[in-house]
Amino acid sequence: MKANERLVYSASEKVTGWRLFIKTILARSYPRIIGQQREKSWIFFEIFMPMLAVSAYVYVYRAIGAPEEYVGFVVVGGAMTAFWMNVLWSMSSQLYWEKETGNLALYIMAPNSMMAVLLGMALGGLVATTLRAAAIIVLGTLMFQVQFTVTSFSQLFAVFFLAMTALYGMGMMSASLFLLLSREAWHISNLAQEPIYLVSGFYFPIKSFDFWVAAAASFIPLTLGLDAMRQLIFPSGASLGFLNVNVEIAVLIVLCVVFLIGAKFLLDYMERLAIREGRITENRR
Amino acid sequence: MSNYAIETKDLGRVYKIRGNKKESQIRKELIALQDVNLTVERGELFGLLGPNGAGKTTLIKILTTLLAPTSGWARVAAHDVIKTPNLVRPLINMVSGGESSGYGLLTVRENLWMFSQFYGMPSKEANERIVELLKIVGLEDRIHTKSSDLSTGLRQKMNIVRGFLTNPEVLFLDEPTLGLDVGASRDVRKLIRGWLDADKNRTLLLTTHYMVEAEELCDRVAIINKGRVLACDTPANLKRDLQRDAIFEIETSPLNGLTDKMLAEQAEVKKAALTETDGGAKLELVLVDESALATVINILTQKNIKVLRFTKREPTLEDVFMERVGQRMEDVEKEEAPNESK
Repeated sequence: MKANERLVYSASEKVTGWRLFIKTILARSYPRIIGQQREKSWIFFEIFMPMLAVSAYVYVYRAIGAPEEYVGFVVVGGAMTAFWMNVLWSMSSQLYWEKETGNLALYIMAPNSMMAVLLGMALGGLVATTLRAAAIIVLGTLMFQVQFTVTSFSQLFAVFFLAMTALYGMGMMSASLFLLLSREAWHISNLAQEPIYLVSGFYFPIKSFDFWVAAAASFIPLTLGLDAMRQLIFPSGASLGFLNVNVEIAVLIVLCVVFLIGAKFLLDYMERLAIREGRITENRR
Repeated sequence: MSNYAIETKDLGRVYKIRGNKKESQIRKELIALQDVNLTVERGELFGLLGPNGAGKTTLIKILTTLLAPTSGWARVAAHDVIKTPNLVRPLINMVSGGESSGYGLLTVRENLWMFSQFYGMPSKEANERIVELLKIVGLEDRIHTKSSDLSTGLRQKMNIVRGFLTNPEVLFLDEPTLGLDVGASRDVRKLIRGWLDADKNRTLLLTTHYMVEAEELCDRVAIINKGRVLACDTPANLKRDLQRDAIFEIETSPLNGLTDKMLAEQAEVKKAALTETDGGAKLELVLVDESALATVINILTQKNIKVLRFTKREPTLEDVFMERVGQRMEDVEKEEAPNESK
C-alpha cells in the first residue's frame, strides 16, 4: 500500500466535547462568511434595495419638516432591517431548506450538537450581515449627511451585542419550530416580514405607539435594541426613546437568556419529535 | 464488545400518511418495515437488495438514528440507535445516491472540510485526506470547483468522499453508484474494498439496484421486498439453492399473445419472465430440470413462435430475487411506480 493510500485508509484522532462544539460553529459559519460573498448579487438585493426604502422615508420626513434626527433614525433602522431579514430567511426557515437538500440529516447524524450548527448559522449570518448593515450606514450617512453623537460607546456596544444575541437566539428558537414544517415555512416567513417592520419601529420611534403596543413589540429584540441605539447616537434620541437605556439593556439581557435557553430545549424536543415522525429527511426520500 | 456491527430485532416502521384534502381526516398507514431481524458482523460488507419502496432506505434511516422504529429495536456498533444515538453517531456515516448535500457556493474541498469538522477531525489531516480521496475517485482536478458547477455524477463522487473522509466504524451507502459511469463505479468499488480490507473492524452496509455490484462486493446479501427480509445469506449460498434448477434464456420471434402466466402455469416451470425486444422477445425461465425445456418448446411451437437462440446459464442474484419475490426487480418497480406517483 502506498503512503498516500495508508493515509486514506488509516484511522484518525477526532476531538470531542467543547472543541467539537467550537469546530462545528466555525465550520457552519464558513458558508455564510466566505461562500455568500461569492454571489455578488447581495450588493444589489441587500444594500441597494433597502436604500430605496430608506430614501423614501427620508424624503417623506423632510417633506413634512420632521426633526433632522428622524433621518438618522431611518438610516439606522434601514441598516438593522438587514439583520431581521437575515434572521427570518436564513435562520428561521433555513432548516426547511437544509432538510430539502439533505444537509439536515447529515447534521443530525454527525456527532456534533445541533445547537452548535444553529450557532454557526447565527455567527455566519451575523458577520455577513454586519458587512451589509455597515454599507447601508455608510451610504446613508454620506447621502443624507447624518450626524452621529455617541454618548457612550460601551453602552452602544453592549446594546448591539445583546440585541444581536437575543435576535439570533430568537432565530434559533424559531428555526427549531420550523424543523417540522415543509413548504409552509416559506409562507410563514413571508407573513412575518412586514408586521415586524411596523412594530419594531424600523423607520420611526416606537414611542409613537401606545405604551402597551410598544411593550408587546419589545418582545422582538430589535425593537428595544434599535430604540436604545438611537438614544445613544443622536442628541435628541433620549427624548424620543421608549424606555431608559439601562432598563432596555436589562430587558435585552433577559431576552438573551430566554431565547437561548428556549432554543436549546425546543431544539432537543423538536429533534426527538421529528425523528419519531420521520421528518428529518426530505420528502422524496 | 459485541461481534455484531449491526443487529436488529423485530424491527418495524409504520408511516402515517395523510390523504388528500377530501380525505384529510383519514390517516392511512403504510408499513415500510416489518419484523426485520438482521445481524451484520464486524468487518462484513453486507448488501441490501430490493426494488424501490422495499424499505431499504427506511432501514438505513433507522440505523443512522434519523428515524425511530415503531416496533422492535436496532443496535449499531453495540449501541441502541434510539436510546443512545449520541454513542452511535461518532461511529457512523452515510452517503445516499443522488443526494444534493453541501453548499453550491463552496468548493469541493470546502464542502468536504466543513463536513469533516462536524466529526471533530483536525483540519490539516482532513485536508490531506480530502486530496487523497479525491485522487482515488478521480476528482482531484475539481478540488477548487464550486459544487454547484459539478455534474450529477461528479457531485456523487464528492458525496462518496464525504462518507469515507471521517473513517467511520460502520458506513452506510444507499445506492452509492447511482448516476455514476462504469469507470467511476469501478473506482468506487475499489475504494470500498480497499477501505474494508485495511481494517477488519470496519463494516459497510450497501443498498444497490445493481445485482452485479452486490454479487461482486458483498459478503452477504439480504433480499428485501415490501418491508420484509425474504432471504439473507452469502451470494454463493443464495444461488446454490437454485443450482439444482435449470435456468434458461431463450430469444424468440414475437410472442403472438404468449404471456408469462401461461408458462408459469406449467408444473415444470418454476418462474418465467418475458421481455419484448426489437422484433422479438426474451424469455427467462427457471425450470425444475432440463427435461422441462421440451414442454416450453412445445408451447412455443403451438403459438408459432420461433426459437432464435437459447442458453443455459448459472444462477445469478437476479434469479434468486425472481425466485423469492416471484417477479424480476424491474417488474416490481414498474408495478410500484404508478402507486408512488399517486
